[in-house]
Amino acid sequence: MSRRRVLPGLRLSLGLTLLYVAVIVALPLAALIFKAASLGPEDYWRIVSSGRAVASYRVTALSALAATAFNLVFGLALAWVLVRYSFPGKRLVDAIVDLPFALPTAVAGIALTTLFAPSGWFGSILSGIGVSVAYTPLGIMVAMSFTSLPFIVRTVQPVLEDLDPALEEAAQSLGGSDRSIFLRVILPLLAPALLAGLSLSFARCLGEFGAIIFIAGNQPFETEITALLTFIRLEEYDYQAAAAIASVLLITAFAMLAVTNILQARALRYTVRN
Amino acid sequence: MSTTTRSKPPRVGDRPAIRRTLIAGVLLVGAVLVLAPLIVIFFQAFSMGADTFAAAIAHPDTLHAIFLTVVTALVAVPVNTAFGVAAAWAITKFDFRGKRLLLIVIEIPFSISPIVAGVAYLFVYGLQGLFGPALQSADIKILFALPGIILASMFVTAPFVARELIPLMQAQGRDLEEAATSLGASGWRTFFSVTLPNIRWALLYGVVLCNARVMGEFGAVSVVSGNIRGQTNTLPLHIELLYHDYQTAGAFAAASILTVLALFTIVAKVLLERQGAGRGGRPAPAAAPAPVQGMNP
Repeated sequence: MSRRRVLPGLRLSLGLTLLYVAVIVALPLAALIFKAASLGPEDYWRIVSSGRAVASYRVTALSALAATAFNLVFGLALAWVLVRYSFPGKRLVDAIVDLPFALPTAVAGIALTTLFAPSGWFGSILSGIGVSVAYTPLGIMVAMSFTSLPFIVRTVQPVLEDLDPALEEAAQSLGGSDRSIFLRVILPLLAPALLAGLSLSFARCLGEFGAIIFIAGNQPFETEITALLTFIRLEEYDYQAAAAIASVLLITAFAMLAVTNILQARALRYTVRN
Repeated sequence: MSTTTRSKPPRVGDRPAIRRTLIAGVLLVGAVLVLAPLIVIFFQAFSMGADTFAAAIAHPDTLHAIFLTVVTALVAVPVNTAFGVAAAWAITKFDFRGKRLLLIVIEIPFSISPIVAGVAYLFVYGLQGLFGPALQSADIKILFALPGIILASMFVTAPFVARELIPLMQAQGRDLEEAATSLGASGWRTFFSVTLPNIRWALLYGVVLCNARVMGEFGAVSVVSGNIRGQTNTLPLHIELLYHDYQTAGAFAAASILTVLALFTIVAKVLLERQGAGRGGRPAPAAAPAPVQGMNP
């Protein structure tokens, strides 16, 4: 605070920043909240607690949980393989992990649908054993897993790289088995990063739209996600319902943002201390 | 020294059986989930031959969608870059109250569903929104037209450049800039000759990611564009339209353009990370996404 300000440009840079944030980010969100709030508590509650809306929350949340659980295992395994082992093509695998972030969601959506449709490469094999993915909740899960795949890999990878080998060696010298060292030494050290990655991945799954709508089948009560229900209400010109349901997504996103920030603050404190 | 290396057991998970199983398992799942979609896009795009592919790309509606997507990126990306640089400069070179709040607000679009973003814009510029009626009487069209598409794209990508610059400029401190100004350089001169050379790779990294997202944005744009074929359809929306029209080869031909863009983005990302941008360039603890933490000087 006692530091004398010598650099120029505070007024210009902060002014531009605040203007942009106000017009581009804050104004639309405020308008949405205003619109939802103008409904009045009774109408608002009637819309957000309607059977179809609640079913969409359930479909979205359960698929997001399942997809995040899958990514927890696969993302951790992928990060582990990339950090601890060397094999031909490793750099290519490391680069292609980012594909879900770089590929537009609509493109991912039609590609996954084509693969998992009953006539597709994977769909035809899976239908032979009685599993259908496309147009079922399983399809939503696949799309969510794809789009949120990089989060856990990219949060765990740097922590795993910086893990002090001395800790493992100490545990080994005390006679710990690989299994118990992994579960009792390595996993606890990765836990903060894993949790941060989990919350990012889960939040992304809750908000995902483009990749899902192609593969989901979009049957009300069965395979209709909340983001799509919002979109359908708009197309029906039911703007109040769209505002109310969108506000539920917005509140959830804010809650997830808070959780992520807390978890990341913890993860950071932990790594810094080490 | 020699005794320790000799008696040192292999690291956890280094036994060949575990290693091979893990590598094989990860590669198999990765091939199914990530590689197969990539292959199927090009397979489907050329499934009806190269002529059909070329015809699909050269169709006026597709060309217009490409044009619209490029124009959107040409406006949204530079504006966003200017904002990102201004925000990073304000946040890392000065101390002011509410900085943490500002950081969180900048990050908000990253965690919000694109559909919510689109709906929110509807309630600002739409007929049911704050300015809609006034805009209509002034005959200014924002929604279901190019300005709406650009605004929604700017919303979803607002954090992209800033989040690459802020951790880097935070780590670099203010000493160089302070030295330059105390030697008499103007603010702009300081920025262009001192700051910019230090942040150019991270800046480019943010621009590349921002561009990929703008060109590929689907949800937010699909709410605000009105999906008018040949008029307000960006490339991702055009892909959806073709796909639902059962023009699969055409949809995948259009999709292959965006896929090539995604592959270029990844290559650029790898090259820029080698220059120290992105996760490679940050101090290890901040390597996690969302560089919101650790900002208190």
